[in-house]
Amino acid sequence: MNKPRRVLQRSMMLPVATRYLMPLLLLFSVFLLLRGHNEVGGGFIGGLVAASALMLYAIAESPAALRALLPVAPRPLVGAGLLLALLSGLVAVASGKPFMTGLWIKTPLPVLGKLGTPLLFDVGVYFLVIGIVLWILLTLAED
Amino acid sequence: MTLLLAIAAGVLFAAGIYMVLRRSLLKILIGLLLLGYAVNLLLFNSAVLVPGRPPLIPAGQDQPPAVYADPLAQALILTAIVISFGVTAFVVVLFRKAYAVVDSDDLNDMRCTDLPCLDELPGKRSEQ
Amino acid sequence: MTIVLPILLPMGMGALSLLLWKRPLAQRVLAVVSCAALVGVNAWLLMDVQQVGVRVVQIGNWLAPFGISLVVDVLSALLLLTVAVIALVVTLYGQVGIDEGRVRSGYYPLLHFLLMGVNGALSTGDLFNLYVWFEVLLMASFVLIALGGGRENIEGAVKYVVLNLLASTLFLSGVGLLYNLAGTLNMADLARQLPTLQALNQVTLVAILFLIAFGIKAAAFPLFFWLPASYHTPPVTVTALFSGLLTKVGVYALLRTFTLLFVQDVAFTHTVLLVMAGATMVSGVLGAAAQTDFRRLLSFHIISQIGYPLMGLGLFTQASLAAAIYFLVHVMLAKTALFLVAGMVERLQGTFDLKKLGGLYTRRLDVAVLFLLPALSLAGLPPLSGFFAKLGLVKAGLAQGQGVLVFVSLAVSLMTLYSMTKVWNEAFWKESPAQLMPTRSLSPWLWLPTAALVLLSLWIGLLPGPLFALANQAAELLLHPELYVRAVLGGVP
Repeated sequence: MNKPRRVLQRSMMLPVATRYLMPLLLLFSVFLLLRGHNEVGGGFIGGLVAASALMLYAIAESPAALRALLPVAPRPLVGAGLLLALLSGLVAVASGKPFMTGLWIKTPLPVLGKLGTPLLFDVGVYFLVIGIVLWILLTLAED
Repeated sequence: MTLLLAIAAGVLFAAGIYMVLRRSLLKILIGLLLLGYAVNLLLFNSAVLVPGRPPLIPAGQDQPPAVYADPLAQALILTAIVISFGVTAFVVVLFRKAYAVVDSDDLNDMRCTDLPCLDELPGKRSEQ
Repeated sequence: MTIVLPILLPMGMGALSLLLWKRPLAQRVLAVVSCAALVGVNAWLLMDVQQVGVRVVQIGNWLAPFGISLVVDVLSALLLLTVAVIALVVTLYGQVGIDEGRVRSGYYPLLHFLLMGVNGALSTGDLFNLYVWFEVLLMASFVLIALGGGRENIEGAVKYVVLNLLASTLFLSGVGLLYNLAGTLNMADLARQLPTLQALNQVTLVAILFLIAFGIKAAAFPLFFWLPASYHTPPVTVTALFSGLLTKVGVYALLRTFTLLFVQDVAFTHTVLLVMAGATMVSGVLGAAAQTDFRRLLSFHIISQIGYPLMGLGLFTQASLAAAIYFLVHVMLAKTALFLVAGMVERLQGTFDLKKLGGLYTRRLDVAVLFLLPALSLAGLPPLSGFFAKLGLVKAGLAQGQGVLVFVSLAVSLMTLYSMTKVWNEAFWKESPAQLMPTRSLSPWLWLPTAALVLLSLWIGLLPGPLFALANQAAELLLHPELYVRAVLGGVP
């Protein structure tokens, strides 16, 4: 299985398209993340969209290029996401309610909508999913 | 519709079990995937199907309509799908590694754990 | 709050270990601290639950049966504490027992996530949530077994993974069918709903599905083949952890579901359990008799020992359940200690092959004693813990008129003694073979935790009173599910 791969001429189509697609997809993933609580979306699906946007870049350029592009490596992202999700549950404990009770700020903010611990949880899940998917796929791609 | 889904789940179960019983790792993987789909369909079918009636309270009322679709089963399926996503990713990597290490995807060649590995020679296949 | 901690603590520590990926030393220290804290938390929890009986938290303040409840009763708390103790001992042992390469490929985050899964499975009050926790602990154990990447590791992992995934599939199917029957997955609510259903046959069918699924996970007859194929492949530290935790969670799930949910057709389901118990004991011990590898022999004994708690569950009286719970704690401690000793023997002489070992009695009397105590306890010799556990089971069995099964269990004890004597003769008593490598030195990191575990196992044998009282209290709660139901559902109509 270690046969040398045929070197293919790199197509320009995908890199050029990715240059426009990736920012759009990342923006879309944040949109999905923020509307998640009451409408279709959420941290998990947002994270998947973001991860696929980044993987698109890895396919168009190279896994190494993606690693260079990422400000944080996938592994710490998983840990940070998990910790964030954990903290969002602990906020309720600190105010004397059972673990993971949703607490909300009463007044909705523009663009972001209603803020609360479930959103924090979703943000944690978002980073966790990005981290895990990139971890798995980059390991496979670099193998 | 329920009957149709039940039959579909049954066919998927049968196909999955058949594939899991094969000796090739790739076919076992396909079998595990099919079994996962079968269970998801079973879960979907376990809540009584009520098409076209979302479990939402209409504006101005404080109770949902008398008959509404059960959202829990779908939440369960979603969780099950996410879990099987993770598990499948791991299994694919594991099977790929197994193929690389054993140089065969035949379970009959994977006897090191039960019998002493007499022939560590890579690529040596057992006689059929 | 306290009862969420056994899950949150390993979760947070696992996340922290991920952040400390490049710093193995920090991960090692963190793991020891975390496991020690876990012992403290779980001991506190046990003392608390002993007073109250059942502790409940409704996650997210969603009322049962709509949300997910975490429920810790005496059985859960007792097992949680045992798990934490084993985790602490194994983590200390792993300071030397786990090589740098494994730490660098993520041993410690996986250890934390494994503990999170085990603790979650022990404390959840929701069937689907139980499935999720099972998957968490399985994923962690999958990777722990495959770490290292040698041919044996990978082959063992393939068998382990495929069979356990099949078990999960069956479990989830059972959950789906049960949801269709009762419209709820909260265990307390199910316990209330199932007797009112006019569907005895369907419920029994689901019960058998659960029996098969948990039977695979607990390595009960005839579904145990994955265990001896995989347990001897990872380093002995990992095997010791697995032998103490994984199959026992399967037994816990059986204990929970077959006392709380599936009690409508006891004459059928619990008879099946009894037959399974006897066959599990016999097949495990016979498999062990044929082995000449230290770890493989012990792996087969794990299977054999699973039969005893199943026997206690199948007899289904308070005395038998209490004995089963006592046995579970005893075997978790003794079995882990034996695997740790096997690891020490391998360190000393460089092999697990009993034929090549020898002469340890004269060279390392301390290791020989550390082996002998849990080994004799496992075989059930007085005054060690295994004796009292088996005595309780035998008495309960005779009281229920199950003479055949009692005879089988006693015969299996004798066979266990034979097996342990074989190891004693081969590894410790006989002259050391000429071509043997020189005996190496032994780190106190290996010696001290093992000795502590053996002392603990000795303690519950010499002073069985307190543990038996706890087991009795747990068994009483298991036989009175209405207390559990009331604690979870409270005033909900």
